[in-house]
Amino acid sequence: MNKLYIFLKYFFIIVWTVFVVAPFLWALTTSFKDFQSVNAGVTYIPWIDFEPNLEGWKVLIKSPAKGGVDIVEPYFNSLFVTCAASLISIILGTLSAYALSRYTFKAGFVKNNDITFFFISQRIMPPIVLSIPFFLFLSSINLLDSLTGLIVVYIVLLMPIAVWIMVDFFNKVPREIDETALIDGCNPYQAFLKVVLPNSIPGLIVAGMFCIIFGWIDFFFAFILTFTEVQLLPVKIVALNSSVTPWWSLSASALVSVAPLIIVAFIVERYLSKGNLSGAIK
Amino acid sequence: MNFNHKYFFLFPGLFVLIGILIFPIIFVVRLSLSGWNSYNPGLDYIGLENYIRLFTDDPRFWESFFRLSFLSVTTVILQYVIGFALAHMVWKDIKFKRFFRVLFLVPMMTTPVIMTVIWRTFFHESLGPVNDLLSNFGVAPKWLTDPVIAKFTVIIVEVWQWTPFMFLLLLAGLLSLPKEPFLAAAIDGASPIRKFIYVTFPLMAPISIGAIIIRLIEASKIMDTVYVLTSGGPGTSTETSSFYIFIKGLREFQMGYAASMSFTYLIIMIISLTIIAKVLTKILLKE
Repeated sequence: MNKLYIFLKYFFIIVWTVFVVAPFLWALTTSFKDFQSVNAGVTYIPWIDFEPNLEGWKVLIKSPAKGGVDIVEPYFNSLFVTCAASLISIILGTLSAYALSRYTFKAGFVKNNDITFFFISQRIMPPIVLSIPFFLFLSSINLLDSLTGLIVVYIVLLMPIAVWIMVDFFNKVPREIDETALIDGCNPYQAFLKVVLPNSIPGLIVAGMFCIIFGWIDFFFAFILTFTEVQLLPVKIVALNSSVTPWWSLSASALVSVAPLIIVAFIVERYLSKGNLSGAIK
Repeated sequence: MNFNHKYFFLFPGLFVLIGILIFPIIFVVRLSLSGWNSYNPGLDYIGLENYIRLFTDDPRFWESFFRLSFLSVTTVILQYVIGFALAHMVWKDIKFKRFFRVLFLVPMMTTPVIMTVIWRTFFHESLGPVNDLLSNFGVAPKWLTDPVIAKFTVIIVEVWQWTPFMFLLLLAGLLSLPKEPFLAAAIDGASPIRKFIYVTFPLMAPISIGAIIIRLIEASKIMDTVYVLTSGGPGTSTETSSFYIFIKGLREFQMGYAASMSFTYLIIMIISLTIIAKVLTKILLKE
């Protein structure tokens, strides 16, 4: 019985591992192929099935005029929008979360939980519902196709996540900490900045990671609200797909774009093992 | 504590969020009552005409909605089962525990559309590895151009992409469980299966509900995967509500009609998610 269980367990883990890794391996080998080895039947193993070359990787940094795809600028745009929106969301979200965790609010029938729910429920909003008014709104104030416009939109996407994680985190930070600080003569802002925040760094990191993940992987808003002036990475890569199909540069650019977030996976796992994520979904 | 400080903490975030959102939401409602399209852009007032058209004369919207329900419920169930199994497996000590944990998290860190581009080449009918391997067995499914199979391709890609999120939430839950019930079960000599049914699963019920609801919310927005993988095709066989609204609104520029659809869609989403949350709570917490 027990042996069967262990066998099944490892069998399942191996099957899933293969499934997870397969597209990455496929992309990795494809990125070294040339026209012949993509279009003349399926090839798998470099040097045996096909002769690898670096063409797919070289075109990434060439300018479009020279037949390259130039993903450097979109890369930095994506990085900038993601980081800026995450930072603003984390700052505003953390402040609100702290208020919701420590003080009681009451306005008619609206209480703390309702305000928290209001923040989090913004995730329910399908992007398409917001995209049409945002499209018309941003074009009326000339922010269509600009980084600022995108950052504003991304704050709506990311702040709910920040509030969601931080409220739970602050609930776990003992209240005595702030009370001691207040008795020692800090005003509430000093207590928050000097005592509560330093004790909340794991929560801030987790919230930050989630904001970065969900900012980095968004495609929809970037796709609708930008055209030529500002291009984000996912939009650029998907545009590659719809033209002729240079699978090698497509694969190379895909790998480059997913690479930085793999580091995030390591950080998330570390905080997961320490138990810092546990409160978040209860 | 002083009365005023709390507002300084709460209001910046709250007002920024409301400030960004209030205009679009009011505007969607107003727009849905207008006949804004590419010939006649402007906020005229045509009453409920768009809604009447939507409810009486647009089976395509409802089909796309039921397709979306099918896709999101199926993917979330699969993700829950697989995610729970994986989380349970790497919860206790196994070899290379941390390696597997990181590996199982990786897909959710990758951009869905970009990985979908890779999946498109992966499932390519003549040049992709899947059909190449399957051709040894004499089958060559049309992954992207068969109306039925294309749905399963979307499901496979969604499961690959988002099972890690379910895995993350459930593993975080498992790691936070108290130790005592498991000790008691061990003393009673419970088998692994009984332990799972009578101890682990009931303890995980509240976390399961949370995780399922969160994933359903996200899954109900399936759109970019579909856009890249099949563009809603073949025909309309993988078209989801968001994608249909996108076509009407930002391709055909029937803004007014698209707004009425998106408002209806939002209301249906809120109602159905609330019902699902209630039902799940009832079923899972009763046991």
